[in-house]
Amino acid sequence: METYGLQKWIKAACDAALLLILALAPYYLSSYHLSLLGRFLAMAILSLGISITWGRAGILSLGQGVFWGLGAYVLAMHLKLAALAPGDIPDFMMWSGLDHLPVWWNVFHNPFMALAGVVVVPTVTAGAMAWLVFNRRVSGVYFALLTQALALVFSTLLISQQAYTGGFNGLTDFNTILGHEIIDPGFQRAIYWITLAALAIAFLLCRWILGTGFGKVLVAVRDGESRVRFLGYSPAAYKTFAFALAGALAGVSGSLYILHAGVISPAMVGVVPSIEMVVAVAVGGRSSLTGVLIGTLLVNFGKDMISSAIPSLWQFVMGALFILIVTVLPKGLVSLPGLGLRLKTILFKPSVSPALQEPNA
Amino acid sequence: MTNPLLSVENVTVSFDGFNALDGISLQLMPKSVRVLIGPNGAGKSTLLDAIIGHVQPTKGRVIFKGEDITRVDEYKIVRKGICRKFQAPGILESLTVADNLALAARRNRQCWRSFGTRISPEVRSQVERVLGLIGLEGKRHAMAAHLSHGQKQWLEIGMVVASDAELLLLDEPAAGMSHDESSQTAELVRSLSKQHSILVIDHDMTFVAQLDAPVSVMHMGRMLKEGTLEEIRNDPQIAAVYLGRAKEVPHA
Repeated sequence: METYGLQKWIKAACDAALLLILALAPYYLSSYHLSLLGRFLAMAILSLGISITWGRAGILSLGQGVFWGLGAYVLAMHLKLAALAPGDIPDFMMWSGLDHLPVWWNVFHNPFMALAGVVVVPTVTAGAMAWLVFNRRVSGVYFALLTQALALVFSTLLISQQAYTGGFNGLTDFNTILGHEIIDPGFQRAIYWITLAALAIAFLLCRWILGTGFGKVLVAVRDGESRVRFLGYSPAAYKTFAFALAGALAGVSGSLYILHAGVISPAMVGVVPSIEMVVAVAVGGRSSLTGVLIGTLLVNFGKDMISSAIPSLWQFVMGALFILIVTVLPKGLVSLPGLGLRLKTILFKPSVSPALQEPNA
Repeated sequence: MTNPLLSVENVTVSFDGFNALDGISLQLMPKSVRVLIGPNGAGKSTLLDAIIGHVQPTKGRVIFKGEDITRVDEYKIVRKGICRKFQAPGILESLTVADNLALAARRNRQCWRSFGTRISPEVRSQVERVLGLIGLEGKRHAMAAHLSHGQKQWLEIGMVVASDAELLLLDEPAAGMSHDESSQTAELVRSLSKQHSILVIDHDMTFVAQLDAPVSVMHMGRMLKEGTLEEIRNDPQIAAVYLGRAKEVPHA
């Protein structure tokens, strides 16, 4: 128990050191790299949600881009409106022949409604979908396909409803939020810290949740859904809550992301981005919260580096990476230290016992 | 006169026109054991499915503690006090033995009440009691996946007991067990009958004899006969449909 306590302290110290290094990033990174790091930390919030649904409960969603996109679009709508003079409507609406703002746009004129919407809209959407689907006992591959179809429908809908969504180009040209200039370097730094704080809070929240009885039931549902049902639990209720939580985290992630990126478009929320989100989680190790953070940062920085060198290469690298991880390291990069240890014992295990080695000693 | 704890009334279950259960009736008194036997495909497991709400009867009713539970959701039936052990061990492999039992023993099964980290003293003592009962005290921190087959079977029986259900449905509790393990299981089931009503399915006549309880014979979705094992053994009709054939297929 003594060493266990010590290990716990070492781990806490590592976490604190990592947090400090990240918190000081604005002082040693260029504004370009800070913006990148900010985006990827925002993505990590989404990955935590995937870790809970996929890593623990075994629910694979290939449509997290939808909930991420809902959070992003809700905030983007507010930012778009905040940049307008009173009475004006966004440019793309004028081009499409609209002469007044739709009601559901106007709701998010209020910044607090927008901030609430960033969480509520994706949570309710994810929760409602999950409740309908899980109560009909749809799961596994069928659920994954369903969510993938949802991602396709969502991005197609965004593109086709040009007048309301900005179509293929999406929403961009955000200038101010709550009266602050978004491009101001000082405010960029503040956004970075807000993102980091949101990630830290989300991380602690997820870790706490997984330690409660709820977390145990989630793992139990993955092991044997019908056994759990026949112990008097409703697996649908637990899965729905987990999925809604992942939806909330995705929404927050999307909204923070666009503050760094300055744009949201259908291409960022469709099938391919949704799959990339899952791949990043798989690379890090889906059932470990730390693992998914590492995976998200590594995969996204890798993507940035590779696609700025050879743009067409990334898709191949991503595919190869996924195949490699699934076949060689199914538990992700976090399982590497344990694997190294096992390899060491295999390689350096004395083949004869020491007593036999030294007969004349 | 006491009322039966469980009463199955003329239940028919049809799959695509085939009657897996054909107007079957069964009554079970509080704190009693009943053994269901019958050849493969007689509908024994389907009867348990119908009781616990896993399949919907096309006709008939299931009454538990005076309440009609025929159309109630499975997990709600469990909360009313019926718990089932499946034929293949259905334990939760990535949890420890103690966590498996704690999950079964918990009373707050609703999702919104599951966010505590503390395990209540009642659950804790229940887990300890059941660990003793199934003889797995030494394995409490072991992953359920690492147990032997017999231990997995006991763990699942333990989970059913920990749920504190009044009615336990045990589907082949001794399947795949060694002779000694099987006798221990029979003893366990007998001791459980002091506090629970138990409906047991089994093929193994040695195990059934050790249970020393009234036997119901099922055949083609119907109840053929109820009585002591001795009466069943001496019934020429049953010998024809079941025991006669069983003699030709030697038991392990």
